[in-house]
Amino acid sequence: MTESSANKLLNGDACHRTANGRKASKNGFVKNHCLFQQPHKYRRPREKNQNVTHNSSLYKKPFSESFEETPLLVAVLTYMGYGILTIFGYLRDFLRHWNIEKCHVARERDEQKDFVPLYQDFENFYTRNLYMRIRDNWNRPICSVPGAKMDLVERVSHDYNWTFEHTGKVVKDVINMGSYNYLGFAENTGTCADAAIEATQAYGVGVGSTRCEMGNLDIHEEMEQLVARFLGVESSMAFGMGFATNSMNIPALTGKGCLILSDELNHASLVLGARLSASTIRVFKHNNMQSLEKLLRDAIVHGQPRTHRPWKKILIVVEGIYSMEGSIVRLPEIIALKKRYKAYLYLDEAHSIGALGPNGRGVVDYFGLDPKDVDIMMGTFTKSFGAAGGYIGGKKELIDYLRRHSHSALYATSMSPPVAQQIITSMKIIMGEDGTTLGADRLRQLSENTTYFRRKLREMGFIIYGNDDSPVVPMMLYMPAKIGAFGREMLKRNIGTVVVGFPATPIIESRARFCVSAAHTRETLNTALEAISEVGDLLQLKYSRREQPLPSLGWMSEESLLQD
Amino acid sequence: MICEPACRMNFKNLREYLAWLYYQYLLITGIYVLEPWEKSIFNSILFSAIAMVIYTSYVFVPIHVRLALEFFSGIFGGQPESTMALMN
Ligand SMILES: Cc1ncc(COP(=O)(O)O)c(C=O)c1O
Repeated sequence: MTESSANKLLNGDACHRTANGRKASKNGFVKNHCLFQQPHKYRRPREKNQNVTHNSSLYKKPFSESFEETPLLVAVLTYMGYGILTIFGYLRDFLRHWNIEKCHVARERDEQKDFVPLYQDFENFYTRNLYMRIRDNWNRPICSVPGAKMDLVERVSHDYNWTFEHTGKVVKDVINMGSYNYLGFAENTGTCADAAIEATQAYGVGVGSTRCEMGNLDIHEEMEQLVARFLGVESSMAFGMGFATNSMNIPALTGKGCLILSDELNHASLVLGARLSASTIRVFKHNNMQSLEKLLRDAIVHGQPRTHRPWKKILIVVEGIYSMEGSIVRLPEIIALKKRYKAYLYLDEAHSIGALGPNGRGVVDYFGLDPKDVDIMMGTFTKSFGAAGGYIGGKKELIDYLRRHSHSALYATSMSPPVAQQIITSMKIIMGEDGTTLGADRLRQLSENTTYFRRKLREMGFIIYGNDDSPVVPMMLYMPAKIGAFGREMLKRNIGTVVVGFPATPIIESRARFCVSAAHTRETLNTALEAISEVGDLLQLKYSRREQPLPSLGWMSEESLLQD
Repeated sequence: MICEPACRMNFKNLREYLAWLYYQYLLITGIYVLEPWEKSIFNSILFSAIAMVIYTSYVFVPIHVRLALEFFSGIFGGQPESTMALMN
């Protein structure tokens, strides 16, 4: 629920850098011999639909991903809504300025009056005058395990969300549609919890030193070997925090004179890491291989700006599943590009590890590719494994280098033993090494739930973004008032959802994001779906103008190829 | 656009339907999130604007329509015979 603020960094930056990238590519571009043909440029497709697989020969499975276009009327009404709210925002700012109304937020002191204003940019205006009004939908305290169901602390606000008060009551058994608990390992009972308790009894909770000093426990080494085996790579290392894994390791890998090609929707941690590294950053359009190929070709042909020396390294940074879009990276095409243009690939599997693929081994497994083709496999333990921390996997040389050079390996305290134990146990369950089929059951349950939930929502007429196999399901709300209304109405029906607005998404594409979990039973999902449908009718959210879910074209073209 | 889900909503009476329509109005204009006094400002401005539009159209439209009719009948109705003669 804090994603919106965390992504501020990402968004402001993305716009900035897109402009950069465009400037760079204007210098001239190279024709012909492209691996992937450029489609007609400047033609805006009616539907932002990437349903048709461009290079279907690279895919073993249908790859169907859709982003239905915003209906024009809805877009106009959304802008109108923001316009009205902005006018009232100015009115309130005016009242605050003349002290007619009490100001609850930080403002310049009298001494600072003639200096550069601190709180006048758009983000501040937005937070003060739009976000504040529907703030009750975020940061809600939870007082139980955030599993399939959870308990919420009831809170009220008597001054329109400026302050909150706890009533002392608890809202029981709220269905949790928001946690990244893909495989349902966020539990307080069962094998994992028992193992974690044992680890606590053996090692305690705190470690109190870094990995290279006194904080290297046998449980950490065991975990790293297991992670390497799970991923199918030579070696791996783990860090105490997923965010720091990205933001501290990218600077260790690239530096001045290197080029980072980053997807425009990359997570804030990747963006921060890329900026800290002092490399040149260019941004390609989300999951758009033509855009990436063009940047790669330009980079190779023109080299560094001014000097025209070749780039020392070119690193492509992508994510497995994009958490706001629900799309899956086009990994086979990226690997083909990376091999052709001899770039390195950094794959962040934060959401996809455990959640995708027949064996739960992430996008590489999902596409049936070789993990050795990805140079740096990064992922987090926070989502599917129900633990905390992140890992990096790859060649042994790479990991040995990182152990000596990464800030989060040298200066950060190592992972808490019960957390490490939770990772080991849950990973063994997924791999089936505990001698049961519990892991396989969870994987199957997750993929069934995903298909069912996505299909039902689409049939009800909602606009759903993303890949058909992605357990992250963004549902479009568009209008600003509906963000607040949807969250509140769903909570009234005892369902906890995540709603996402501007800083994390483009301004008109506000959405609700559901995360399907293996812990959800069919009944839970049905209850949730019924409530979503009811709220959808009440708030008029069934925007989709599509009659039927489209047949997946990728598969059809594949079949026709086979028949030839 | 409004009708079809409205049928799905199963309203018990007209009042409920009107309440739902008002709710839609709140959501679409975005004033759902505003505080009550802001809502009333918005509503009064909007409704007085609409009232003024209706009033002005009530006062001025008939006059303009009559003038327009006179103008056009001056063009088309003035010389019917000569046109006919030309065509013949
Ligand atoms: C793509 C991606 N990378 C990294 C992270 C950060 O991981 P952690 O929450 O473990 O710090 C996230 C978390 O949301 C993420 O979505």
